[in-house]
Amino acid sequence: MIHTDVIVIGGGPAGLAAAITAKRAGAQTLLIEREARLGGILKQCIHDGFGLVRFGEKLSGPEYAERFIHEFHEENIEALTLTFVTKIKKTDDGFVLSAVNRSGVAHLSAKALVLATGCRERTSKQVFIHGTRPSGVFTAGTAQHLINLLGQMPTKKCVILGSGDIGLIMARRITLEGGKVEGVYEAKPTPSGLTRNIYQCLHDYGIPLHLSKTVTKVFGADRLTAVEVCSVDKKMQPIEGTNEIIECDALILSVGLIPENELAESLGIQIDPRTKGPVCDEVLMTSADGVFSCGNALHVNDLVDYVSESGECAGKAAAGFARKERMELSLSVGENVQYLVPQRLNLNAEDLKTVLYFRSREVFGKCSFVMTVDGVEVFRKRYSVLRPPEMERVEYDFGPLGLTAESLVSFEIEEA
Amino acid sequence: MKELICIVCPNGCAMEVSTEGKNISVMGNKCPKGEKFAIDEKTNPVRTICSTVKTVFPSVPVLPVRVSAEIPKSRIFDVMGEIGKVLVVKPIGCGDVVISNVLGLGVDIIATSGILKTEGR
Repeated sequence: MIHTDVIVIGGGPAGLAAAITAKRAGAQTLLIEREARLGGILKQCIHDGFGLVRFGEKLSGPEYAERFIHEFHEENIEALTLTFVTKIKKTDDGFVLSAVNRSGVAHLSAKALVLATGCRERTSKQVFIHGTRPSGVFTAGTAQHLINLLGQMPTKKCVILGSGDIGLIMARRITLEGGKVEGVYEAKPTPSGLTRNIYQCLHDYGIPLHLSKTVTKVFGADRLTAVEVCSVDKKMQPIEGTNEIIECDALILSVGLIPENELAESLGIQIDPRTKGPVCDEVLMTSADGVFSCGNALHVNDLVDYVSESGECAGKAAAGFARKERMELSLSVGENVQYLVPQRLNLNAEDLKTVLYFRSREVFGKCSFVMTVDGVEVFRKRYSVLRPPEMERVEYDFGPLGLTAESLVSFEIEEA
Repeated sequence: MKELICIVCPNGCAMEVSTEGKNISVMGNKCPKGEKFAIDEKTNPVRTICSTVKTVFPSVPVLPVRVSAEIPKSRIFDVMGEIGKVLVVKPIGCGDVVISNVLGLGVDIIATSGILKTEGR
């Protein structure tokens, strides 16, 4: 059995940053990746705009990933690729992992774990579309994989359901490659993706965005031949008589991302229903001592720069992990806050300088992000606008507040 | 007056642009880059584009590329046409030029991955 200090599961941007940081902090570190190559989803994200916060440059996904892969190799960190973790067992002094790869089943032990397993796309099974089961229905990420990694065009004329960022990026990509995008349909009254992506991916290419409209039915025997779209009411129910048939050979879904936490759940780790990722403290330790979470497994990010940042936070803490009693205080959020990460503080920690990430529940114009302790305001940050697709980041040092386990720390967005 | 979304950075500022004769005034931008973007949008809109080029390597059938600097928005599909003609036969590195001075625009098409150096076989 291989023994090590820290095992990082997942070799995307979060896992790479976690492993590099853990190694630099002095921990013997091993990274496990199920694919053949490191880099995670960035390998297929060939568009630019990555790294503006971190490097002040507009990099493509592969360029951003390769900067970290380079550092990873410079640190001489061991990586097991084409290796899949099937089981994690808690032991007295850490964890034992079972992993399978081409040489069979391996057992590995570590004192601390970093779960950097990313997220998965919602599929057609999860959005309940009626009709036949033809080929030609796939997720935006699958279309991206086919075009950008395999060089295969999966459609000549398509409809995109959902206005998530990957769907918008793929609308532009398909158009550039000579395909026709008939339109992007979004059941909600506001777009899910970033405003700048609506502008540069749809508006630039004259691709219509239909809000409060959804796909209700697919047609076709072997291959998709058409879809039915319909307007929806405020409860997202189709409005009778508004249906329309659109001929196309593909339906591309960009209907949301869900953090991947099967391994976390197998350890009984508490999951936040708001983020669908583990409940974590200020160093991103989950409810299981010694297990850390970062990147899109923790909550779905819109910028990779923050994915790397959370990986560094988790990696550093995993390297310094020593089993100590935690005194936990939950951070509560008001109804205008969609979610807040971290969800807890460990008051026994020496340092309570914390990076907070949050999203608003709906679009708010002039507003403030306000923190109160026992009803008394202690922090306020003003925003000209908050939009759910755009995650916000705030640094705050809870140390000077002298919090106790009985303190009520609450966050809310107040309209100005 | 026209509303415009800045695409320079993730802030995505909503800007208002008004033109009076030759004067273009911009409001709502959080930084000078926004103003430049808005004026460019009015006078000479430019974009960066990213795509892939075909290779002869079965393990990496396509290689990601982008323009080395912005190109006029009106020339996007012309440049895409040139990108579509490329076949990479050598294991080139990240940043290497795939097409130099594409269509005389003074901009190169460069590789954005070093994958062929390790996997080009």
